[in-house]
Parts: sequence; structure tokens; C-alpha cells
Amino acid sequence: MSTLPPPILEMRNISKTFGPIRALRDVKLTVWPGEVHALMGENGAGKSTLMKILSGAQKADPGGRLTMNGKEVSITSPADARRLGVAVIYQELSLAPNLTVAENVGLGREARSGGFIDRKTMRADCASILKRLGAPFGPDAIVAELSIAQRQLVEIARALSLDARILVMDEPTTALSSRETDKLFALVRQLQSEGLAIIYISHRMSEVYELADRCSVLRDGSYIGTLAKADISSRTLVKMMVGRDLSDFYKKEHQEHSEAIRPVLDVERLTDGKGIGPCSFALYPGEVVGLAGLVGAGRTELARLIYGADRSASGSITLNGDRIAIREPAEAIRAGLVYLTEDRKAQGLFLDMSIDDNVNISVMGRDSGPLGMRRFSKARERVTRAIGSLRIRAYSPKLAVGGLSGGNQQKVLLARLLEVAPKVLILDEPTRGVDIGAKSDIYKLIDRLAADGAAVLMISSELPEVVGLADRVLVMRDGNIVGSLKGEQISQEAIIEIATGDSQGQEAQ
Amino acid sequence: MMTQNGMVRQTATQNQSSSPVKHTRSLVRALGMLPVLVVLCIAFSLLSDRFLAVNNLVIVMQQASINLVLACGMTFVILTAGIDLSIGSILAAAAMAALIVSLDPTFSMLAIPSALLVGLGFGLVNGLLISAIRLPPFIVTLGALTAIRGVARLMGKDTTVFNTDLPYAVIGNGSLLGVPWLVIIALAVVVLSWVLLRRTVLGVHIYAIGGNPDAARLTGIRVGRVLVFVYAVSGLLAGLGGAMASARLYAANGLQLGQAYELDAIAAVILGGTSFVGGIGSVWGTLVGALIIAVLTNGLILTGVPDVWQYIVKGLIIIGAVALDRFRLESGVRT
Repeated sequence: MSTLPPPILEMRNISKTFGPIRALRDVKLTVWPGEVHALMGENGAGKSTLMKILSGAQKADPGGRLTMNGKEVSITSPADARRLGVAVIYQELSLAPNLTVAENVGLGREARSGGFIDRKTMRADCASILKRLGAPFGPDAIVAELSIAQRQLVEIARALSLDARILVMDEPTTALSSRETDKLFALVRQLQSEGLAIIYISHRMSEVYELADRCSVLRDGSYIGTLAKADISSRTLVKMMVGRDLSDFYKKEHQEHSEAIRPVLDVERLTDGKGIGPCSFALYPGEVVGLAGLVGAGRTELARLIYGADRSASGSITLNGDRIAIREPAEAIRAGLVYLTEDRKAQGLFLDMSIDDNVNISVMGRDSGPLGMRRFSKARERVTRAIGSLRIRAYSPKLAVGGLSGGNQQKVLLARLLEVAPKVLILDEPTRGVDIGAKSDIYKLIDRLAADGAAVLMISSELPEVVGLADRVLVMRDGNIVGSLKGEQISQEAIIEIATGDSQGQEAQ
Repeated sequence: MMTQNGMVRQTATQNQSSSPVKHTRSLVRALGMLPVLVVLCIAFSLLSDRFLAVNNLVIVMQQASINLVLACGMTFVILTAGIDLSIGSILAAAAMAALIVSLDPTFSMLAIPSALLVGLGFGLVNGLLISAIRLPPFIVTLGALTAIRGVARLMGKDTTVFNTDLPYAVIGNGSLLGVPWLVIIALAVVVLSWVLLRRTVLGVHIYAIGGNPDAARLTGIRVGRVLVFVYAVSGLLAGLGGAMASARLYAANGLQLGQAYELDAIAAVILGGTSFVGGIGSVWGTLVGALIIAVLTNGLILTGVPDVWQYIVKGLIIIGAVALDRFRLESGVRT
């Protein structure tokens, strides 16, 4: 026992209360040098809070203990964390886009000579780290011109330049294509072999199997347990995270449509004239159609064209047999077509406004009285019903949406769409950044919508959910629909094959 | 596995200071700038026994009234994360229009409608340039500030227009049950603005656009139309301000009237806690903000502070208020 090196990090009895709410309750976490330690739990389970305490962004309640390499330490500020070698790479990257890579890497502790920034040293330091990471860009690249994956590399470079020994990665693959994800994994393994400890937060089971040496699970602010690699399975993990079995995760209840019915949405040769389309497809009432493809294949762009969020150059859209021109989202909504954005914070929610207003905003006009006066009782009725039927967890509909967890925010956004009573729903990454419990609720909702006769077009990068839910799958590549699968043909392999263009490993965009 | 290395006793490094701070902050958020107004009133009443006299308070309200009307319009604009720099010039042009029409015996009763129409017209042009051509509001209204000032001067051939027998002079100098009509008009505008912002669908749309313009469009709000409305209201209220100002003076000068009024209106809105980036704020706050400015102006005069120092003090208080705004925004709970 004494021959083992002490754990690089040991957190014990960590609690955190926000007023009456206990975000963490006697949580523990032990991390060894050179391990990838996955941290899992539903949104709101306390992962982020625990990591904020580790990084000094928040203070734990008294009584907890933090040891590093066997020595008791206290972290009361981000500067403490930095000095002790803790670096966090957040979901929302925190780079200055207008500056160069070298400037970003050196941000906040610029090399100086005589009061002036010593650009030469900064550049050289940065260049050597970038080389070590195998970055395909130099220290003089402007961050704004880099892809999300490349920006992540810059964040990692910044952490390494600070001699980080513990690297926390918070859902690093959310915005990456599968090819970029593979590269990131290779890098994580390289850093691991260099002796860094990596705390890896993710909702994706497949990543945890692939990467993690051990996995700790939190639920409702409490520590549930830690699994060794051999014991990690989706069944045990899900059970630990939600406290119950989710045997019917993707359960299809809705009947598949018969070909005889007229399509509810018919898109013909729709194009933006700039690389998306011309695309043609039809949706039938009561079906769920997956729209798959690599990141950058043009799925979101196509959805935005249909919805009128972007201008189409030519093509036609027929809804319920009527050919309609959609120039504004308002017109799409009036016709019964709604779109769920993939970026709920930037493009979906009004974070300062209440759940009530967020749910009602698209139907307020319909509900209003003379002179556009709002009917608050009607709004309250709608939001109360939505909170109940979608199982939104909130004390009051008057709460600002910004304070809810990711899963609950997504449900609020979905509730807004449902209040319109849509006939066609285009859902763009409906379960992105959402915990398992909410995911299962959203799957059930999609299934129920189809059973009730709506048509759902679901854009998703998570192939298991496409395979599990869709009756048909359309696959996009380079702005066009290049394939379609149905029934027994639908499999992850078949989708990937079409999405990447056969087996010749094409460049992922 | 459990190594016993960390035997050192836990030192109490964490402290619990956060919760009283949080309480203070939520109180600050709820009350806004009202305490500042109260403190100013108490201070001035201690420094000058004339301050709390009924007729002085009426004067304060009267002095606040035109700025309050302009600031209500500005509240709409700033809630959408915009700005309207042209209202001082619009006020001058509208006042000129009202006076010129009032001098014509056959149409003199159309004086006020013509002021409102001029204001509405310029506001619509601002709104259309901003929403249809997508020019930044700052630039459009900065241009309008200069151009409309020129129009106002042109209307009176660059002279002062008088009408000693002004048919609508009552709104500038008369009163109802001891309350000046200017004050009644201003308070009516405040109440109507509140109803519009808090009780109508359009009001929610205004907040939504300021809070998140992309989301607003995707959620089916016709952002362009709302923006046109907002600038049209701002122009209309500047037109009303023009009628009020000319009624008080029996005269208007296209060059001098309304100079820098937009800055006082912006100051009132910001003092009232409306966020400069849009989406957060209220007309009640604007009412308090406009009163703070009027009380400051009045009180500094009563206590004999030299004119130059009045400017400096007013400026510093506006900056202090924005600092407070920042403090309040930071107190928002993040998870």
C-alpha cells in the first residue's frame, strides 16, 4: 500500500449549499495520476458544481477535505487552482476570438520584458506546445478562423502551458464530428501517457466505454459509486445515474404510416443557391424521419431553409397539399411547421424571461384579447399543463429559464413548439446536452407526437437514437440528401457508410 | 486504496459570507433606484427648507415631465437593445410644426396633431431604416439627429417662431386640481407604456427581441415590425414632447430647442435600471430615473451649487448608477 503513489487528487466530504438547495452532499472523488476518470450523472446531479469547487470558481461548505499528492490543500480562488495544476476546459470555450492562438495561450500572464509584452517568447512557447499536441495550425492563427475542434486544442494548449496536472474536460465532444472526436481521443490518451490525470465529463456512454479507466457517478448531489473499467456497462451506469431501469429506452409505440396517405410536407428541389440542395423529400403524417449526416453536412442549414429562417433561392414547399412560400419563421409557425434549434441558449430561449413567457411566446398572439392584451389565465393554464405533461422540474412557472438545468430548458423549448399544435416538427439535436432521464422523456414525447399523427423530422448526431426512433432515415452529405434508408436497412453502419461516402475515408468537414 | 496521508486537520478556510450579500443584492434588485431617489430627497430637504414645499415639488414634477415622456419612448427602444439619439431634434421639429400650424387661423386646432404626426413620421423613417436596411440604430439615429435638426431650423427659416396667443397653451401652463397638465400627460404616458410593456403581447415581444434577437425571430416574432413600432413610438412621444415644450414657451427655435434632450432621456432610462444590452428593465424604473434627474437639478439649484458643478455631479451620478446596474446583473444566479 505504501508503494503506491498517493492519488493526485482526493476530494472528500465535499458539500455545497445554495441557500435552501443542497447541490452537493458529502461527495468524494479520488483520481490517480495517468488515469482518465469519467464523471457521470444527469444534469443537475452536481458534476458542474463539483468541478467549479475544484477549479476555485465556487467555494465548498466547510468540512470538506481536498488533498493533492497526499498533501492537504485549499482552493479558494481560480488562481489557487491554477497554481496547483488544475485546468478546466468548459463546454462554452473561453477564448478571445479576435486574438491569435499565441496570445490566447498566454492570456493573463503574458511574458514581459521591461513592461512590454514579449511576443517572441510567447510565440515560441506556444509553438512548442502546439507541436506537442500535433495541432494543424501555428501560433499566429486568429482564433476566430479556427474550427470548434481546433479551438479546443488551443484551450488544451493553454492548460498545458500552465503545467496542468489535472485536466477537467466538460463535454468536449458536444460540437465535434466523429472524426474530430477520434482525434481528440487520441490526444487524451497521449496526455494520459504523459502522466496527466483527466476528469472527463460526458453524457455519451460510448465515449465513457472507450476512454475511461474508471467512472464515478453522482445523482442528486450525492456520490453513488465508482466503477472500474471492467464493470462499466450502460445498464449499470444508467441504473446508477437515474436510480431505476430504463429497459424501454427507445420504445416505438406509433404505427408506421401507410404509403397511401398524402404527405403532410413535400419539399421539392429546395436550395439556397450556395451549396445546400437542391433537396427533395416528403414527410408523411405519423412518422419519425431521421436526418443524419456528419457535422457540416448541411442538416441544420436545410432545416433553416424549410423553416424560413434563411432565404431559399428556389424550390417549393407544399404543406397539407397547399403550396406555400415561407419567408419568415412566423409564416412557418402559422402553417403548423415548427423548428427546434440545436442551440437552445443562443437561438432558442429567453434566459431572463419566465418559464411561463417562454412556453407561451409563440401562441400569445392567438390567445390575446382586444388590442393585443394578454390573457394571463390562459397562459397559466398552458404552462401548468406543459410542466405536468413534460415533467419539467421547477418550483414555479415564474422562474427565469436561465436557472434551469439543460434537460428542463430543452423541455421548455419543446413545450413552446407543442403549444402551437404543429403538424410538422423539425427537431435539431433534440437531446443535445440533456441528461438520461430527460432524454428518455423526449424520446417518449417524439413517439407520442407521431402516434398522434404529426410528422417529425429529427436531426441527430447520436446514431443510436436515430436508429432507435426513426421509421426512415435520410442521409446528407455536402449539402445534399444522398441516401435514404428504411425499416430493416437502418443501422449505424449503413448510415455512416452513406454519410462518409462509401468506405473511402473522406474528409469530414 | 485509502491512503492516510492527509492527516492535517482541516483549516477553516471557507467562510459563509455569501448569504447576507445575496440578500442585500436581491433587495437592491427589487427596489431599483428608488432608495437613491429617497436619499436625495431627504438630503435636499435637510439642506434647503424650500425643497419639500408643495409648490417646489410641483415644479420638480413639471420639470421632469417632458424628459419623462421622452424617456418612456427611449425605454421601448433600449429594451430592444437599440438607441434613439434623434429625439431632441424630433422634438424641435415637432414644436416648430405645432407653432407654425397654430399661427394659421383656419387650422390652428390641428397644431398638436401636426406635432404628433411629425414625430411619428420621423420615428417611422428611423424604424424602417433600422429594420429594412438593417443599419445599426446608433448610426441611423445619429444621422437623424443632425438631419432633423436641420429640418427644424429650415421650418422656421432659422428664426424663432412665436405665438403669444397659443391655442393649446393650457397644456404647458394650466393645471387640473392643482396638478399641471404637463405632469398629467407625462404620468398618463407612463401608465400607457406600462400597460403596453406588461399587459400586451407586443410588450413581451419587445423584451424578447432585446433578450435574444435570434431566438425572437425563430420563435415567430416579426422582429422588423416590432422595431419599426418601437422607433415610431419613440418619435411619436418626441412629437408629444415638442407640443408640450412649445406650449410652455409660446415659442420654438429650431436651433436651440431640445438640444441634448436625448442624453437626459437616456440617463433617465439607465438610472431606472434598464439594461443597455436590452431585455431587462421597466417604465417604473424610468419614472424613478427621470425624477432623480429632476430632483438633482432642482435641489442643486436650491442649495446654491454653481451651474458648472451641477453638470459634474449629475454626470458622476449617472456613472455611479451604471456601476450599480453592473453589480445587479452580476448577482444573477448561474448554474
